[in-house]
Amino acid sequence: MINRLLTVAFLAGLAVIFIQLLSGYVPDTDLNLTASYYASQTAPDLGAQNVVTGIIVTYRGLDTLGEVTVLFLTAAIVALVLVHGRAIETERGPKPFPAGELLQTGSHLLAPMILLLGIYVFVNGHLTPGGGFQGGAIVASAVLLLLLTDPMRRFSHRLISRIESTAGLLFVAIGLLGLLFAGGFLDARFLPQGWFGALFSAGAIPLIYSLIGLKVGAEFSSMLLSLSETEDEK
Amino acid sequence: MSLVTLALAGGFALILIGLYGALNNRNILRIIIAFTLANTGVHLVLVAVGYMPGRTAPILDAAVPVNQANALIIDPVPQALVLTAIVIGLGVTALMLAYALRLFASRHTLDISKFTELKW
Repeated sequence: MINRLLTVAFLAGLAVIFIQLLSGYVPDTDLNLTASYYASQTAPDLGAQNVVTGIIVTYRGLDTLGEVTVLFLTAAIVALVLVHGRAIETERGPKPFPAGELLQTGSHLLAPMILLLGIYVFVNGHLTPGGGFQGGAIVASAVLLLLLTDPMRRFSHRLISRIESTAGLLFVAIGLLGLLFAGGFLDARFLPQGWFGALFSAGAIPLIYSLIGLKVGAEFSSMLLSLSETEDEK
Repeated sequence: MSLVTLALAGGFALILIGLYGALNNRNILRIIIAFTLANTGVHLVLVAVGYMPGRTAPILDAAVPVNQANALIIDPVPQALVLTAIVIGLGVTALMLAYALRLFASRHTLDISKFTELKW
């Protein structure tokens, strides 16, 4: 009881702070200095249409490398934490009830299209809303759909970890190429800028974002697989 | 009530609901879901702070000529930050779920009051 009262008092205090923030809030009318630099310089500097992509892949590229590393660590820790449960998964125990005809046919029809959409989203990350992280999540959702249809289905862990590590290595290698041939680590300008708005433009940004997409998709898939392959100890 | 205030208020409300759920529930899965709610609230607030009335998305296509970008697009920085935050939030959620699975395997319960080793 006393716990609940304390909780409510704490949340009420927080709510007062939030209401204060909200009542005095006026949206900005001009971009601040950082934002206006990004807004005016992304197109001439990088040739990317999507300003957010320019920020994530180039201006804050190191940040993104760290983010991808955090995701990799998460996938590794999830696999490590759940590895004990995986030894038990054998053929014993009742088979799960098979998925219906609709779900099976639907998932086989949809999975390739979802993969294609994911690849489209991360290849076009510098032109349209989207990018590596979003595309990677879409790719992993195809894996999730296949797992939902057939929970006993097994995917090749080796293939997934190969894709993941190759994409990560190439990402760092492209970063080093930027260090050698352009302004600094992860600078995308060592490739020509091309036509503004074309698929092959904006230097190495589409390349980097595609690698991020592959890496994120592989990491999400491996997390899903680790969670799915763990079974209760009987 | 403008769109921005509405989004901000919704974000703040989600944070409060999420924290209440995380502090008051006993079931670990419910706590995880509550954390995810609070997380979403923070994202909503951050994106709403970057919004400016009358401007458009930070994509320089036919609607936004490059030389007028400064006057036409909204702040792209909060969007980039929220993109990072969503991904990290997903990683944290996955970790919490994995630990919840391990806890369930060791104790056959998800009631957090049954885990008393770190309690004083």
